[in-house]
Amino acid sequence: MELIAASRVVKAQQAARSAAPYTRELTKAVSALASAHDIDHPLLRAVEEPRRSAMLLITSDRGLAGAYSANAIKAAEQLHAKIIQEGQENVQYITGNKGVAYFEFRNRHIEQSWTGFSDRPTYAEAKEIADVLLERFLRPYEEGGVDQIHIVGTRFVSMMTQNPMAVRLLPLVVEDAPADYVDSAEETYPFYDFEPDAKTVLDTVLPLFVADRIHTALLQSAASELASRQSAMKSATDNAQELIEKLTRAENQARQAGITQEITEIVGGASALAESAGNE
Amino acid sequence: MDREPLHVEVVSADRVIWSGSAVNIIARTVEGDIGILPGHEPLLAVLEPSMVEIVTAEGTSESLMVDGGFISVAHGHVSVLAQYAELGKEVSLEEARMELAPLVQKAQQGQADDAEIHRLKMLKAQVRAGEKANGN
Repeated sequence: MELIAASRVVKAQQAARSAAPYTRELTKAVSALASAHDIDHPLLRAVEEPRRSAMLLITSDRGLAGAYSANAIKAAEQLHAKIIQEGQENVQYITGNKGVAYFEFRNRHIEQSWTGFSDRPTYAEAKEIADVLLERFLRPYEEGGVDQIHIVGTRFVSMMTQNPMAVRLLPLVVEDAPADYVDSAEETYPFYDFEPDAKTVLDTVLPLFVADRIHTALLQSAASELASRQSAMKSATDNAQELIEKLTRAENQARQAGITQEITEIVGGASALAESAGNE
Repeated sequence: MDREPLHVEVVSADRVIWSGSAVNIIARTVEGDIGILPGHEPLLAVLEPSMVEIVTAEGTSESLMVDGGFISVAHGHVSVLAQYAELGKEVSLEEARMELAPLVQKAQQGQADDAEIHRLKMLKAQVRAGEKANGN
């Protein structure tokens, strides 16, 4: 299992890497839009006093991945406590069997869950989740809509380190693209022409951006899950190796002791016979 | 034309579909077809599910399909972004044609919903891009 996880984690990292250009271009476009216009869009509008939040928790489908799911759940619980403390309701969305099992065991309500793709998420699944979350966000509060949406997942730092993270997905915060996304020669954004108009372009780009954020979070979490599984399985293998060594030794010792005893008995028996024969 | 060729990247959600330099890009925005030559002014436009044609700097032509998305042009860089995109030569023509036929019929009878019309446009783009890539 260690080897399986090791080979899959490479694939998961590749998937995360090959999705990066899309994220980069999308971020550029959103930043360009933001700098070119005073934008006002439902997906960007922050409510001053949020009354209801939603949380998407990303966990694994299967166990044997060390503390991977437990850590993500712990981060989710912290965020949950904070949301409740602020006097808000929390609506829970989950991906991965482990998270579902945790909530079901505690009889807590799960709004919706998705399972079966935790170690190899595709864009289609991210899109499906994004559609559900976007619909929920855009619904008015009175009809069950939410004012904020958070994602809790795991960020892949390296093969050894994976950190749980909690970020706000919606309302979106538009930041300028990170410096390395923009060539230094073109620091200022040009004045773009929009077709058909800025609002329609925003309407198209922002939902894509949201789906991409979810896709990225899923990919990062998948890589983390596999790396975590690999190191968990590696230490399990190492432990087993040690145990095998110890037990083999104990077994050899017992066998040796048995043989020694048998020899002593035979020698003892033979000399006793010899003695009694000599006496006659 | 002395202008430097455009640097083009066609990117879908999970990978880079095509990248290279080109002298002409023809795409279909929601307002109509648009041709982009080197030196084009900065532009952000919403695309229809359609075929995108790229005339490369070497003079060959590449056709591919996009599932909507948008195109952005700035500083000689062109990026075509779509959730889903495919090169014409990757398209499975038979599958696309098979799925297309019943949808066309449905659309003619006016029974297709929005999702089906979107799918129809996508399939048409697939077939066009596929046929173009295969040279017929």
